[in-house]
This record gives sequence, structure tokens and C-alpha cells, in this order.
Amino acid sequence: MAATKTTTKPSANGTASKAETTAKNERLAVLKTYKIYINGQFPRTESGRYYTIKLSNKEQVNVCLSSRKDFRNSVSAAREAQEKWAGKTAYNRSQILYRIAEMLETRRAQFTEELVNQGASAAAAKEEISIAVDRLIYYAGWCDKFNQVFSSVNPVSSSHFNFSSLEPTGVVAAIADQNSRLLGLVSIIAPVIASGNTIIALASTQFPLSAITFAEVLNTSDLPAGVVNILTGEVSELLVPFTTHMDVNAVYINTNNQQDKVTAETNAALNVKRVKVEASIDWTLPKNEDPYRILDYTEVKTTWHPIGI
Amino acid sequence: MNTTLKSYDPRFTPPVDQVSVEERCARFTTRSIKKSTKVNGLKLAMSMIDLTTLEGKDSEGKVRQLCYKAMHPHDAMPGIPQVAAVCVYPTMVKVAKKALKGSAINVAAVATAFPSGMAPLQVKLDDTHYAVEEGADEIDMVISRGKFLQGEYNFVFDEIAAVKEACGKAHLKVILETGELSTLDNVRKASDLAILAGADFIKTSTGKIQPAATMPVTLVMLEAIRDYYYATGKMIGMKPAGGIATSKLALHYLVMVNETLGAQWLNPDWFRFGASKLANDILMQLMKEQTGNYQSLNYFSND
Repeated sequence: MAATKTTTKPSANGTASKAETTAKNERLAVLKTYKIYINGQFPRTESGRYYTIKLSNKEQVNVCLSSRKDFRNSVSAAREAQEKWAGKTAYNRSQILYRIAEMLETRRAQFTEELVNQGASAAAAKEEISIAVDRLIYYAGWCDKFNQVFSSVNPVSSSHFNFSSLEPTGVVAAIADQNSRLLGLVSIIAPVIASGNTIIALASTQFPLSAITFAEVLNTSDLPAGVVNILTGEVSELLVPFTTHMDVNAVYINTNNQQDKVTAETNAALNVKRVKVEASIDWTLPKNEDPYRILDYTEVKTTWHPIGI
Repeated sequence: MNTTLKSYDPRFTPPVDQVSVEERCARFTTRSIKKSTKVNGLKLAMSMIDLTTLEGKDSEGKVRQLCYKAMHPHDAMPGIPQVAAVCVYPTMVKVAKKALKGSAINVAAVATAFPSGMAPLQVKLDDTHYAVEEGADEIDMVISRGKFLQGEYNFVFDEIAAVKEACGKAHLKVILETGELSTLDNVRKASDLAILAGADFIKTSTGKIQPAATMPVTLVMLEAIRDYYYATGKMIGMKPAGGIATSKLALHYLVMVNETLGAQWLNPDWFRFGASKLANDILMQLMKEQTGNYQSLNYFSND
């Protein structure tokens, strides 16, 4: 990362002055602490544990190894925030999602560098960020449209006006695609919150940096605290709390592991959570963004309204 | 403290060191209470709760529902103790008494123009008489904070003594409303005054004023009880009320009682929690210990 670079640049006349070189070399590196994102704040994990990631620029970064208690705290925050978030107008949610896209766009340079440091090629990093921004705008657009498109007036053979509309499921716990640096996380958060759900997302274990930097974007985007909470850590440790917590209404698990799928589905039956298990996919493909990803975390409410009496 | 006096003299009340009180309180939160100890602690806390509903919109149905909750905290999980008492307005005492018939749960009534206490003495006494006649086992009275802050200690003393007399056999809890007393020194003075005037319990707050119960305020009151016990050998009960909504905080309070007064105060006869949300949080924690899964309020009755 830029902050740690201590290389000397030639001065204006082409030769580095000795004093300038020494001064630059003596400056201590200022490294960013990557912390988790709960309830609009950046705490360290309550467990105090961390794991270390080696970056392609030879730096090492310590990342929070979140515990089940961090998850518990996140669920409390998400539950607290859910009703208010769902109570905002769809148009306002749309504006906020668009704002997230704007903020991500302005941080393009930082994200590019981070993605490259985590092993992406410069071209791939640029493409990934562009798609992430576009994807946020895509779902921002759907916020105040999916209900019109997918609600229905149902013909019934009695004197009732019968209609169905969509409501958010509630609190969603998601384990993001472990092979994606940024796009997998963005592509799951955006459709979940578009309809008024709140989310606790576990970032990729091996690529957690851009997830935390994305949390900084969220934190400066008028998104109310608790709507999105991002943890870093191990899937093996957090899969069980994610799927057993009684106050979670739906889970999204991205895994290629058949046993994880079985565990998720079995545990989710405890309080009949909605479950979506998906294998790791190429998130850059346009086919992996569609409004049905919003529908996965909504409930259909059907109303029978008497008429003609 | 001079305990032979028939009135209250503030000169005998020791000053309170706020800094050390706060530091001491911070220590109580560092005890590690896990597994079976935690379960036992939570069950003890449950048995100390005064399940409370004190709202202008209270109805008979709401009170009956609360009484049912008091007797059946969570039938899905056997072995949960019932709460100590149900705390209601005087007009609801009869309803609560009837609903709790056959159980060991007491009915506490707030009297004396709760929560402000702004009424003439005769009205307060009538209020108390009424609640006792309706069958209240415990009376929660409020002191006249205005008079107390003006330094009219004798007025407050006489009022408490008069209400105590009106209580007859009912236990008297004296609410200091510490949120309006401004300083810990005042809290200590009011505690000493209430104890000398005949309180069976001293209680922090009505729950209608913020801040309600806090750990420093409770510690100062516990120390007043402790000093009175050393001087006379008589035990006085303590009831923090309002703002204690989580199991963890309840355990911190139990630690504080144990380390300030000792284990003989650790039962519902001498220590109570005035709370309405705490019960469900304790139930969720107990269920979590039993099943291993974090719980949701959706699966516990409101009241």
C-alpha cells in the first residue's frame, strides 16, 4: 500500500538531495488496521484474535478473526435497524444505494491498489470495480420497481379483491463467495438490502481487505447503522452460528462444499429460515445480476379485500 | 450514622467519593461468570424480578397477562423460577391479587402520588391505605424530591414515617428517584434518611426519569445499607429499578450485592430488580445455554 512505500523519488532537477532522501526513509510506515464493521462502527473482534494475510507487495496484514459473539452483536444491530430501513420509502433506499455506488466510484484508485495487492491483475481490478459500481446502480434502480413488477392482482372466484405484494424477509446472514475479492460481496449485499432487509455478511477469508474498505464506503453513504454489517473470519467457525441463530430470517451460503450445504439446510430448519446455497460463480457475468436475487429475500403477502357487499 | 435519633441529621452521613465509587463499579463488571454458574446466577436474578407495568394505558387485561407471565415465565423450558412480585398501580392491585391467587408471588403497588409525589400528605396516606386494603403485599412510595433538595429533611422523614405507619403489615419500599437527586452525596443522604424513617427496602427510581438505576448509585445505596447493618444489625432490602434490561448487567448487580453486602442479601427477600424487559432477556440467555443457539424475542411472550 502507498502508505508503506519508502522509495525515493528524484527531485525536480533529477537528483535526489541527500537530506530529502534521509527524511523520507526515516518516516515510519502508517499501516491501516482492518477492523470489522458492526452497527455503523469499526470495532476489533471481541475475541481479540486475528489472522495474517500476505500481500503481493510483500506486506503482511492482520485481519480480525471474528467470533460467534461478533456475529451475535451484528444480529442485534441488524434487527434493531431492520424495521426503520424497511420503513424508508423505496425511492429513498434507491437513492442510498446509488450513493454507495458514487462513493465506491470516487475511491476507485484505492480499491484498484488493494485488489492488485491481493493478487488481481490491474486490468481485472479495474473491471471488477466498474462492474461493482454498475451493479450497485442496477439494484438501486430496482428498489422502487421490483414490487410493481412482481406483485399481482389475483383472480379469485369469490367477491374479493385479491392482491399479493412483496415484503422484506428481515435479517439476512450471508457467507459471501470465498473466491471473490469484492464483487461477490457487493453482489449479495445490494439485492438483499434493496427490498428493506438488513444483512450480516462474512467476507472472503483469503481476500478480506476490499470488504473492509467497502465498509468504509458504506459508512459514508447515508446508509443507517446496522443495515449492513461485515465480518471477517473463517467459514468453518461461523457457519453454525450463521445458520442456527433464531433471530436470523434467511441465510445465503456461497460454498462448493456439499457438507456445508447440508449443515446450513439442517440448521436453518430450526426456525424455518429461508436458505439459498450457491456455488462459487463468475460474478462479472451479466447473468449473475437479476431482480430474482431481490425476490429471494422477500415474503409474499396476499390480501383478501371484500368487494360488492 | 447515629441510629438512636428519631429524626435525620445529615451531619452523620459520610461524604461519598465519586471517583472511587465509579472505579469500584467498573471492577464488578470484570468477573467471569460462565456455564453453570451463569445459569444459577440468571435463575437467581429471575426470582428477584418485580415484573412491572406502570403505564397510564394499563388495563385489567394487560395486568392479568403480566400476572400469567409472572407465574409461567416460559413453559417450554421447565425449571425456571417464578418472579418475586408483580408491581402495578393501586387500582390494579385487586386484579393482580386475583390473577396470582395460589402462587407465592407478591403484589406490589406504587402509592403516594407516584411517580412525582406532588400531593398533600393526606392524599398520599389515602393512596397507601387504599392499596393496602385492596391487598397489596408491598408498597413502593416516592419521596418528595423537591422538599429533599430544599434541605427539608424532617419533612421527608416525617412523610416516610407516616406512610410506613399506613402500610401496616405491607412492606415499604422507598423510591429515592436518584435521577433527580443530582449528586451521589444526595443519594447517600436520602438513603440514610429513608432507612432511619422506617423503610424496609430502598429503591433507586420510578423508571419514569432518566437516568434510572445505575451501578454507582446502587453501590452508594448498598453502602448505606451496609453501614446501617454494622451499626444496628438490622437488614434493609435494595431494589434498583429501571434501565436494567440485560442479563449481563443483572449479573453485574448480583456481583455488586455479593461483594458489598454478602450472600445473605442474595435472595428475593432482600434484593429485587424492578424491570419489565429483563425477564425475557434472562429467558433467552437460559435457552441459549440449554440449546446452544442464540435466541430471538419472537419466541418469547411479551408479557
